[in-house]
Amino acid sequence: MAERDIDRLSGISTTGHEWDGLKELNNPLPKWWLWTWYACIAWALVYYVLYPSWPLASSYTKGLLGYSQRQDALDKVAEGQAARAVIGKGLATAELSAIAADPKMREFAMANGKAAFGDNCAPCHGSAGVGGPGFPSLQDDDWLWGGKLSDIHQTLKVGIRSTHDETRQTQMPAFGKDGVLKKDEISTVADYVLSLSGKGTATPAGKQLFADNCASCHGEDGKGNIEMGAPNLTDAIWLYGGTKEKIVETVTNSRAGVMPTWEGRLDPVTIKSLAVYVHSLGGGKPD
Amino acid sequence: MARTVEAKRITAEEIGYVLFLGALLVACLLIASRAWDQVMAIHAGVGALFSAIGIFLVFKGFSDRPSQPDQLVDGKPNYNFGPIKFASVAAMFWGIAGFLVGFIIAMQLAFPALNFDFPLSNFGRLRPLHTSAVIFAFGGNVLLATSFYVVQRTCQARMPGIVTPWFIVLGYNAFIVIAGTGYLLGVTQGKEYAEPEWYADLWLTVVWVVYLLAFLGTIWKRKEPHIYVANWFYLAFIVTIAMLHLGNNMSVPVSIYTSKSVQVFSGVQDAMVQWWYGHNAVGFFLTAGFLAIMYYFVPKRAERPVYSYRLSIVHFWALIFLYIWAGPHHLHYTALPEWASTLGATFSIMLWMPSWGGMINGLMTLSGAWDKLRTDPVLRMLVVSVAFYGMSTFEGPLMSVKAVNSLSHYTDWTIGHVHSGALGWVGFVSFGALYCLYPWLWNRKQLYSLKLVSWHFWLATLGIVLYICAMWVSGIMQGLMWRAYDKLGFLEYSFIETVEAMHPFYVIRALGGLLFVLGALIMAYNLYMTVQKGEREEPAGQPVLAPAE
Repeated sequence: MAERDIDRLSGISTTGHEWDGLKELNNPLPKWWLWTWYACIAWALVYYVLYPSWPLASSYTKGLLGYSQRQDALDKVAEGQAARAVIGKGLATAELSAIAADPKMREFAMANGKAAFGDNCAPCHGSAGVGGPGFPSLQDDDWLWGGKLSDIHQTLKVGIRSTHDETRQTQMPAFGKDGVLKKDEISTVADYVLSLSGKGTATPAGKQLFADNCASCHGEDGKGNIEMGAPNLTDAIWLYGGTKEKIVETVTNSRAGVMPTWEGRLDPVTIKSLAVYVHSLGGGKPD
Repeated sequence: MARTVEAKRITAEEIGYVLFLGALLVACLLIASRAWDQVMAIHAGVGALFSAIGIFLVFKGFSDRPSQPDQLVDGKPNYNFGPIKFASVAAMFWGIAGFLVGFIIAMQLAFPALNFDFPLSNFGRLRPLHTSAVIFAFGGNVLLATSFYVVQRTCQARMPGIVTPWFIVLGYNAFIVIAGTGYLLGVTQGKEYAEPEWYADLWLTVVWVVYLLAFLGTIWKRKEPHIYVANWFYLAFIVTIAMLHLGNNMSVPVSIYTSKSVQVFSGVQDAMVQWWYGHNAVGFFLTAGFLAIMYYFVPKRAERPVYSYRLSIVHFWALIFLYIWAGPHHLHYTALPEWASTLGATFSIMLWMPSWGGMINGLMTLSGAWDKLRTDPVLRMLVVSVAFYGMSTFEGPLMSVKAVNSLSHYTDWTIGHVHSGALGWVGFVSFGALYCLYPWLWNRKQLYSLKLVSWHFWLATLGIVLYICAMWVSGIMQGLMWRAYDKLGFLEYSFIETVEAMHPFYVIRALGGLLFVLGALIMAYNLYMTVQKGEREEPAGQPVLAPAE
């Protein structure tokens, strides 16, 4: 370039080029910038010496520290398992009632149960077992298949209408769909069912229809039967909704909720822990 | 105006495009008639329609043009602004569409009922629509518009070709339409930011190669002895995106009559190639390309020289050399071999200062002109974009460190990080550039309203702050909840409890997104009024051109 072009404001020379009115100053690299960059590069080099980093033909540089993140993770898992095994071993052989009675084992079961519940049960039963339409609340004392520790444990193990050989299994008939009852009969019996919890008006015809079709499972008084998973119809708790419309829908098409079997999917100690945890949620019944 | 009237002759270029588009038209019709799946039938039909429109436009262009376009008018280069105007308008259109879809999916995350149980409105389909619309449709059109403008102005040369610049801009937007409609119809090859299927990828390859040639052609024709720094960055962006696109989209179609293809790589190799692509899409599309914008529009708007030529050269080469290795940091603690993961992390750390070189050059260019920030909200937008660039290029290397990543990975922190870069850096530098470009392209003395720019600036800034703060809190909380154990060694929280805890922050995030959308709407109005009502500037050396539409 012929002569130096100086930027008036900064007193710094430009490179002498100009593009569409744009120029560039001859400022040096900022010192702090350069040295921070060198430090980053140095950090990387140290890292390469200490940790696994560069690929070789069929292996890689292992680093002076001999660190392996895979081994580190495996070690930590083993460490955790070992720590839990001590109390866990007790749970494997102890009776459910003994677990619930022993403060140490109970604390362990509650912690284990809570963690397992969140990841396995909460998707249907909701956080802390609040339930939802079609999925029973586990916080009340209204149990379809029994609320004793042993009942809950059995339900957890075999599931309901599940693939387990000994699954809890009953089937309410689809009275409307299968043509057992006519539409007006279903309406009549639904009114009667509502009357059991004090909401509808009972008619003699409804009472008769109930006695002929429903009482065998739900009982003469409609209080249900936990042997058959038949819900109590006299309380205010409704799994699929307690409006007349919903009851007509249930009687017409039946319901058949499914709970999976957890045997084989969760280890026995965790299933026991879950039983203790669920039993404690609010409505557990004494064994 | 001294112009020698030549006999009008159709050029080899025009014949070439007609033949190419004619062949494409026939191929599309053939595929459409034999397509195995509905999507392929629709897309081949759209392809045929676009090819036909393309042929029509070539002939119309031929009949409308005088003869050869003049290289010079009154001794000044006769820049080709038509395609730039189109891309500038397309950028604004796709920007608003993309931001709006972003707001919708943010609302869906906070209130899942808003998925409405239709396949079309499902989060899974809208999410790639959002990311592609903002990155490739909005960002891509901004890059096309600014690169065409900057390369012509800084080379003092008209872009080569009569059809070519239009082919690039229209062809690229045709790709956007095919990609976007594909997502809604459920087409995807399942690669983040590379979702479009094989036929869309092939089309983009053609457009991109033409883009590269046209860009190089302009540089080849330049009247300046040296190549301006912005053009290095544009060129690095164009070349590297071509390489990444080809590398990550290696797949074999099940048949040319179907929209489905099978990847060449599988397992961890596929993951590695994907994140080599994914990270460098950030590095070369969203960083190198937009640094090019910064290098032209910041000094131009501030009317100051670039701070340091030396810094620009060192940080340019360091950036493009180091960026390309950093991809594995997306795959920490996975099946990826540990050495690859640590290499990725170290290269990310070494990348910190080269990234900041751009920030320093951008901010220090303001020295002597800081007072302009008080009066010029457009410059304020450009400067804040550089500040966000600096922030997210510090956060990135930080998150690439394995110890940090073990907390941040898979959490909303990542989403917050991406958006501080996307909304703050890419968004603001694009807004700033468009606010400059519209008056320049349409020969307007100034923007319709600087006050509205200020409104846009503050709404969008508040939106970004709400967005990223919400995601920082939510992400770090999420990460801490995932790793919380009780004293017996059991997980303290279930997944659903973390989701419940994040809900309020999802609402705040959506609110931030809404403010950002509102800002963009104000901008669109302002730009529209600038073109419609703005006071004309007497062309000082710039030829008056017919409006694009």
